[in-house]
Amino acid sequence: MADIRNNFVGIKSPNPFWLASAPPTDKAYNVVRAFKAGWGGVVWKTLGEEGPPVVNVNGPRYGAIWGADRRLLGLNNIELITDRDLQTNLREMKQVKMDWPDRALIASIMVPCVEESWKSILPLVEETGADGIELNFGCPHGMSERGMGAAVGQVPEYIEMVVRWCKQYTRMPVITKLTPNITDIRKPARAAHAGGTDAVSLINTINSITGVDLDSFAPMPTIDGKGSHGGYCGPAVKPIAMNMVAEIARDPETRGLPISGIGGITTWRDAAEFMALGAGNVQVCTAAMTYGFKIVQEMIAGLENWMDEKGHRSLDDVIGRATPNVTDWQYLNLNYVAKAHIDQDACIKCGRCHIACEDTSHQAITNMVDGVRHFEVIEAECVGCNLCVNVCPVDNCITMEPLAVGAMDQRTGKPVSPIYANWTTHPNNPMAKVAAE
Amino acid sequence: MPEGQFKEGIVGGRLPADQYADNFSDLHPPLDHHEALVESDRCYFCYDAPCMNACPTSIDIPLFIRQISTGNPIGSAKTIFDQNILGGMCARVCPTETLCEEVCVREVAEGKPVQIGRLQRYATDVAMAENKQFYPRETATGKTIAVVGAGPAGLAAAHRLARHGHDVTILEARPKAGGLNEYGIAAYKSVDNFAQAEVDYVTAIGGIDIQNGKALGRDYQLSDLTRNYDAVFLGMGLGGVNALRADGEDAAGVTNAVEFIAELRQASDLSGLPVGRRVVVIGGGMTAIDAAVQSKLLGAEEVTICYRRGQEHMNASEFEQDLAAANGVTIRHWLQPKRVIAEGGKVSAIELEYTALNGDRLAGTGETLTLTADQVFKAIGQSFVPAALNGSGASIDLEAGRIKVDAEGRTSLAKVWAGGDCIFGGDDLTVSAVAQGRDAAESIHRSLTQG
Repeated sequence: MADIRNNFVGIKSPNPFWLASAPPTDKAYNVVRAFKAGWGGVVWKTLGEEGPPVVNVNGPRYGAIWGADRRLLGLNNIELITDRDLQTNLREMKQVKMDWPDRALIASIMVPCVEESWKSILPLVEETGADGIELNFGCPHGMSERGMGAAVGQVPEYIEMVVRWCKQYTRMPVITKLTPNITDIRKPARAAHAGGTDAVSLINTINSITGVDLDSFAPMPTIDGKGSHGGYCGPAVKPIAMNMVAEIARDPETRGLPISGIGGITTWRDAAEFMALGAGNVQVCTAAMTYGFKIVQEMIAGLENWMDEKGHRSLDDVIGRATPNVTDWQYLNLNYVAKAHIDQDACIKCGRCHIACEDTSHQAITNMVDGVRHFEVIEAECVGCNLCVNVCPVDNCITMEPLAVGAMDQRTGKPVSPIYANWTTHPNNPMAKVAAE
Repeated sequence: MPEGQFKEGIVGGRLPADQYADNFSDLHPPLDHHEALVESDRCYFCYDAPCMNACPTSIDIPLFIRQISTGNPIGSAKTIFDQNILGGMCARVCPTETLCEEVCVREVAEGKPVQIGRLQRYATDVAMAENKQFYPRETATGKTIAVVGAGPAGLAAAHRLARHGHDVTILEARPKAGGLNEYGIAAYKSVDNFAQAEVDYVTAIGGIDIQNGKALGRDYQLSDLTRNYDAVFLGMGLGGVNALRADGEDAAGVTNAVEFIAELRQASDLSGLPVGRRVVVIGGGMTAIDAAVQSKLLGAEEVTICYRRGQEHMNASEFEQDLAAANGVTIRHWLQPKRVIAEGGKVSAIELEYTALNGDRLAGTGETLTLTADQVFKAIGQSFVPAALNGSGASIDLEAGRIKVDAEGRTSLAKVWAGGDCIFGGDDLTVSAVAQGRDAAESIHRSLTQG
């Protein structure tokens, strides 16, 4: 049986599934329900300074986009950090940690970017028995206008400075949560690393407008006829998040820096993918907000089953396994040739592969053969682009089959070369000549 | 005294009064907004979609479903009406299980096609509820066209002709327009007087004058029409009913199924409609099913369909056969009527002979079976009655007993087109009649404007 116990920067949890700092972790009631459902840990909803708490809007806080059957694909929110009193949160955190010692409890913190603010809150948090802190440098709305959240996360120097204060004033492990609303995720990660952070977590939410009300001509969610950008999350952001995780995991300057992966994780498979790209564990929010806490049971069982099937004994067998395979485009093997193949028994003849290829790609799929509706790849035209695979509604009906070395590529009329050759050495690359000289 | 279902003879009031409304409610209730969105999301928007190719009127089904899913039911309705102005009725009565839905790729993939018929009804209902008229009439041409028969073919032809700016007079023998939509569809397939609502919707385009009680051959001749109009479209359907060719056929209680169905549709109080205790329906098509199921719904105790060939030969679709079975109708195969047995002039039983296929030839085996029956419905097909056409002038060419037309619906007579059940080569479906009426109208329009 696979062992999915997690040790993330010394913080132990029975599984790698944490709830991210967000509405599901706002108070003891929710967190206890989450632990009962099986979650390995929670990052408590972000705490602010002592004093009157922030206030939220009193209208819609969330917007969304949907796929077929109104499956929620992307969620956005304009909620702020906790709007509950600091002492109430601390008291509840302490009680929950005491009652659930085997689960991870992390305090997310966002206070003004001055040393005194951090210095004063850290001991209070430490006193709860929390296992670590997460610095919220990501919140893209509301708090950033006040010089907090993403306003810090977008300035690497500030990140480094605040991380240093935290490392100085607490013994708790420090996880720095990064905003994706920047151009190069490696910069803030390097800054956090330089400041001595124990880990980074990413991504926080993405600036977004999820819709426009076409009657009132106002962005959604709409508050009294106006709307504001919110933070986008859910399955739709997963590819963006995974790229950022991989960027940090393979950056020589941050290599080995523990990463807590966040962004659209909904199933065990999503979690496994994040971990394969270098995440030491994962945080989940939207999936829980969509389906409730019970989904963790699918995640736990699914991850265990997959690991058992593949013979992975512990999470360490999985974490970072895909990282070395993430490379730059210029290093991809241009002598690798694949062709689409349509399983005629699985094909339901919807014709979407044909029209996608015909209208928008390479005219490499038939629609009629000998007067009969029939979809088949024309290998002499197929560039192996994978579009047909992606638009096919039937799982595994169209597959990309690599051509064996030596086999004839009917498109180019050349046999597949055994030699790995990438763009850096390609004759069409002007830079290649420079390199050769 | 035996009550209700167990009363002998052909009587009304077999069921408690409040049960009739339940029994004859919508067979396929309309999809509500949520159901329509969920169902429309299932469509894959296929390329060169099989459903569209299976539709006799070639409605762009993937497009109209996509329009429903994007919150544009009015645009969806227009996509439907562009091809089929009677899309509302077709949504209700089309045997979708043997047309669009049979070839839906999700039928292939999962055995569960997208419910195209019900989605079509959803969109057309939205547009018809607000009497959204999509087709302004083109400039008046001054041409006049006579249409014989206000059934699906005639209405479709009339609408298309009116759209092109021609003036149309529809001559209809029956008191109401609609043809089989009004008189020939099982009541539970077209509730709330939908056929008349659809006639109103179609004729709201303007330029269509329907004259009821005008029968060809009785009140006017074809030659009158060719003389007085620029073109004529014949869509009078089938006037005759095939005979059983069994002894005793004229006993009381032996009825044409189409008449029973028409009477039922026109009845204002179903509880007053008489039906036998033991009903035998002879035939294997939709009419047989409609008569049998409705007999059962009116409270007949036993209803048996007898068909002279096997299950695989039945014209009624599998869905219709299942519907009959679910309503308690027994379907028996390989039986042909031999003799109607009467007592006091009233049918009391029917003697049937078993049949078998000898090569391609169907023949009686000699073995017989007698079923007790106080009512027998003949549903062995309708036939075209050409006599009305031949009152004057040149006669029209027929083929296998129906009007012969070319690919555009032209008959052998100049200025005369035909479509619907009265022509040879059709499949006796509402939707095919609509396609033929529409296409003949286009042909008439071309000949009147380009001639």
